[in-house]
Amino acid sequence: MPRWPKPPEGSWTEHFDLGTEPMNYDDSISQEFFELEREAVFKRAWLNVGRVEQLPRTGSYFTKELAVAKTSIVVVKGKDGEVRAFYNMCRHRGNKLVWNDYPKEETSGTTRQFVCKYHAWRYDLDGACSFVQQEQEFFDLDKADYGLVPVHCDVWAGFIFVNLAKEPEQSLRDFLGPMVTKMENYPFEKLTERYFYRATVKSNWKLYMDAFQEFYHAPILHAKQSPPEWSSAAAKAGFEAPAYKVDGPHRLVSTAGVHPWNLAEDMTKPVDRVTRSGLFGPWDAPELDFDPKDAGINPAGCDPWGLDSFQLWPNFVILVWGQNWYLTYHYWPVAPDEHVFEGTLYFVPAKNARERVAHENAAVTFKEFGLQDANTLEATQTMLESRVIERFPLMDQEVLVRHMHKVARDWVDEYKKKQDVEV
Amino acid sequence: MDATLLPSEFADLEPFAATWCLATERERYAARLASTMDEMQALYDATMPRAEAAMTYLDQIPLDELSADQVHLLHLLYSMVMVSFPIECWGQPRVPDSGAAYLDLVVEPGP
Repeated sequence: MPRWPKPPEGSWTEHFDLGTEPMNYDDSISQEFFELEREAVFKRAWLNVGRVEQLPRTGSYFTKELAVAKTSIVVVKGKDGEVRAFYNMCRHRGNKLVWNDYPKEETSGTTRQFVCKYHAWRYDLDGACSFVQQEQEFFDLDKADYGLVPVHCDVWAGFIFVNLAKEPEQSLRDFLGPMVTKMENYPFEKLTERYFYRATVKSNWKLYMDAFQEFYHAPILHAKQSPPEWSSAAAKAGFEAPAYKVDGPHRLVSTAGVHPWNLAEDMTKPVDRVTRSGLFGPWDAPELDFDPKDAGINPAGCDPWGLDSFQLWPNFVILVWGQNWYLTYHYWPVAPDEHVFEGTLYFVPAKNARERVAHENAAVTFKEFGLQDANTLEATQTMLESRVIERFPLMDQEVLVRHMHKVARDWVDEYKKKQDVEV
Repeated sequence: MDATLLPSEFADLEPFAATWCLATERERYAARLASTMDEMQALYDATMPRAEAAMTYLDQIPLDELSADQVHLLHLLYSMVMVSFPIECWGQPRVPDSGAAYLDLVVEPGP
């Protein structure tokens, strides 16, 4: 008997009309598909590159390497308070404009203007070219024609998005759709204490998305992180989500929670009891004064509620925890079998040592789980590439895996159709 | 005379201070990978029973006004957390089956 009611169709998979047949993961191993994704997905969709808190002052900036689009951008806060994005490239000879020591490493800081390291051309914070070295020796050069090349940039709920298309097909708000935009009623701006993790993972970006959009694996892969009493109970129970949602290319899984402080001693780790924290976050949640209903969060009304994982197409996840903290994931493709993974944890800033130690235990626990997931993916990638098996079954709790791979194929197919029409 | 790193109230933890009062997660993770299980067990056994007292002591002072020795004590608590998975779960310094995988903490909050 299911613990949570399924939709009238009998399953989430059929409810979202995604088909029930086994899946093929050619989209995660094919070089051809990867080349198509660059254009069809990453140069068409709105991409989250950070949050407004990373740009606290006029002239605050950060760069973002976008290997999938073979480019780099710089995001900067102007004198008028506007957040703008530009291709990170000098108009003179094409040098990368903003970098330190290693051209391929991201950087951040605060500046009054950008100065190219090569010939000292200067650009204002709004991208305008303000100085050309030995300008009189150029031929009919008007600085007004040589501003930085802008990238479409917009902000939603403090999240900064860019779009690399010449003209985006949708506004950011339309792209995000109602399921996601409702979340703007969550008080993201209060959670500014930040842990930022990064790793290169030798797998296709979508396979790591898959790992965090189903929890079927959780009681098994992560069994040893918990005391044996907990693990065996969890494995026996399996995993069922109280709610899944799909809105256009985006999706959501919600989970029920536990109150670890109410569990028997042998069900929790000693360090979790000492720090009153762990995988689910600090046991003593900070006050956040918001209504989950207004934010479209905890759609099944679970009590206790665990988390909501919002999967924003293509490569961005916002995961809101019941214990009033959140984290984000980004998956930046580099090659068919490689991506850069970023995990960022956000807490209400600790007021004292006890709260800070609780955050530390949540962060350390996050990393232990992440390392297990990352290595499992490399093991999956290499075997998928053998093509020994080409059809893989998916169960109903893996419905979002099915949805994402369908969206990827749909976007690539749609792009190919448009190309055919234009040719 | 040797200088002490920790507040005098926590002199019993001083033998661990030079090795484990580390300011960044990167240093603490490296120390974990470079340590034996016995070394981490000793740190764990010494700090776990003292953690509540340490937090109660530190909580009297706002987080951004901690003195150097108080920050060291806080960092020692972070190291206690850092070695807890090897001691409580893994039985080894590394995450099992994690191979060459890494996850670097690039930005972390103070202190």
